Amino acid sequence: MSATPVVFAAPAVAVGRRYKAARQLARRPAAMIALAVVLGFVLVALAAPQLAPFDPTAIDYRAIRKAPSAAHPLGTDEVGRDVLSRLLWGARASLLAGVIPVTIAVALSVPLGLLSGYLGGWVDGLIMRINDAMLSIPFLIVAIALAAFLGPGLGNAMIAIGIAALPTFVRLVRGTVLAIKTEEYVEAAQALGCSRRRVALRHILPNTLPALFIQVSITVAAAIIAEASLSFLGLGQQPPAPSWGSMLNAAQRYLSQAPWMALYPGLMIFGIVMALNVLGDGLRDALDPRYQ
Amino acid sequence: MALWLYVARRLAVLVPTLFFVSVLIFSLQQLLPGDAAVALAGEENDPAAVAAIRARYHLDRPIPVQYGLWLGRVLQGDFGESLRSRIPVRELLASKLPVTIELALCSMAIALLIGIPAGIVSAVRKGTVVDAAANLLALSGLSVPHFWLGIMLILLFAVRLGWLPASGYVTPWEDLGRNLTTILLPSFVLGTGVAGVMMRHTRSAMLQTLGADYVRTARSKSVPERLVVLKHALRNALIPIITLGAIEFGRLLSGAVLTEQVFAIPGFGKLLVDGVFNRDYAVVQAVVLVSAGLYVLLNLGADILYFLANPRLRGST
Repeated sequence: MSATPVVFAAPAVAVGRRYKAARQLARRPAAMIALAVVLGFVLVALAAPQLAPFDPTAIDYRAIRKAPSAAHPLGTDEVGRDVLSRLLWGARASLLAGVIPVTIAVALSVPLGLLSGYLGGWVDGLIMRINDAMLSIPFLIVAIALAAFLGPGLGNAMIAIGIAALPTFVRLVRGTVLAIKTEEYVEAAQALGCSRRRVALRHILPNTLPALFIQVSITVAAAIIAEASLSFLGLGQQPPAPSWGSMLNAAQRYLSQAPWMALYPGLMIFGIVMALNVLGDGLRDALDPRYQ
Repeated sequence: MALWLYVARRLAVLVPTLFFVSVLIFSLQQLLPGDAAVALAGEENDPAAVAAIRARYHLDRPIPVQYGLWLGRVLQGDFGESLRSRIPVRELLASKLPVTIELALCSMAIALLIGIPAGIVSAVRKGTVVDAAANLLALSGLSVPHFWLGIMLILLFAVRLGWLPASGYVTPWEDLGRNLTTILLPSFVLGTGVAGVMMRHTRSAMLQTLGADYVRTARSKSVPERLVVLKHALRNALIPIITLGAIEFGRLLSGAVLTEQVFAIPGFGKLLVDGVFNRDYAVVQAVVLVSAGLYVLLNLGADILYFLANPRLRGST
């Protein structure tokens, strides 16, 4: 994940501007292909029960580590489970692990960042010192340490990743708020007698959204890799439920006998993360005034 | 502003940051489900062992007192002892850290060798196929899960071709040749991600400097293009890249966790993961604390480098 978030003074988002950004995004073929790929992954995750040819947890001792064939297009694993079915179901764990931690991070960081940036003073000082402390522990190490102390499991892994992603968002929201706070329309709203709460929620919050969108797309990608990493270490999704990371963990032991077990889960992670990163670049180009 | 004043100011901000880091790491212990003494004792259910841990960590005292006592020991370099091996954690840290630093240095060398030339070529040939290919490679380096790339490279170079060892580690003092062969694949794996970041930053910094007035002046004086690119543009573009390098080095130390796991390299990351699985919480806390400390110091180093490299900052207050 990016250690230094993009902080910029967002332009006033009028409805027209929003359409302009969408049009700008639509004009970038790479971003549109990436968006289609991401939507494809979402569809696969939703339709996993219909698409998967086998039960992803059904063990078949007669088909242990079988190479790809007509019956099992991507082969079988160490206990005869169908790799394709596990990949399709694994998309659910990965996408959930991309979305839920980021939702946690956004839900906590927006109020914290708004408070910190808008109120200033000792509130800002306290929030930012704790935030700096969290930022100074590398992302994956925070996630691993939290997952270790919380106990293994997909739910705890997602909480751990969400908390690890939090400080980058807090700093981003605060930075954007500080930049917007001095804009004329905010001063005008204050001069007109709007309450602090109204200024923060109606005038400042909407303008932090472009920067937030960009950070969300980057962080979803980072969270998917983090979940795969935690599951690979055995701290995320627990067997027999499928996740791309835990499939790679099992695959590592049978590398010479069953390389297909390692190939496909990694390609899936690579594919979705690449698509999200391209989409993130496209969003940044479309929304960040400095890139236009 | 004088350098010492700048460093003093930055250090003054570091103290509260490190204080909160220590509070956060200490609080991890509070997340343990149930009785912390039982959890810390791990698989030993012996009541005597649990009682010994309760006494050693003062778990019957109020939490702020526990924190104070813990911090006091940590500041003296006493991180406790590993529950598993009974070796003082400090000794474990001292033996594992150099391995990870070697890995991070080699990865950084690979990242610089790939990232900077790719960034320069990409900026000079902006908009061409070469630029697009370099961008695609950088994006791939940023997107690929490194532990998977490691597994795939083991499959190719160790299992199929038999050119390099699949895993293991030999110190450079024992056998430098074997040390380099064992560290090559993991360094490449870790280096690719940083190479992607380096390439992108070099490209954008070069695009800025190539468009600067002094470059136009140099060109108008018919300075050879090669010299314009390498001397005038690159030298100025390097300032942000040096800073980035120091920050990325800190991230390499943490990125090493999974790579060390895949290649069975007995470094800092493997110490963390083994600590997690052995429920050896003193080891986990110490590794996190030391990583944070190193990361903070590297960031400070990056800021100082930036300060030194950027004369304009020295003029301001």
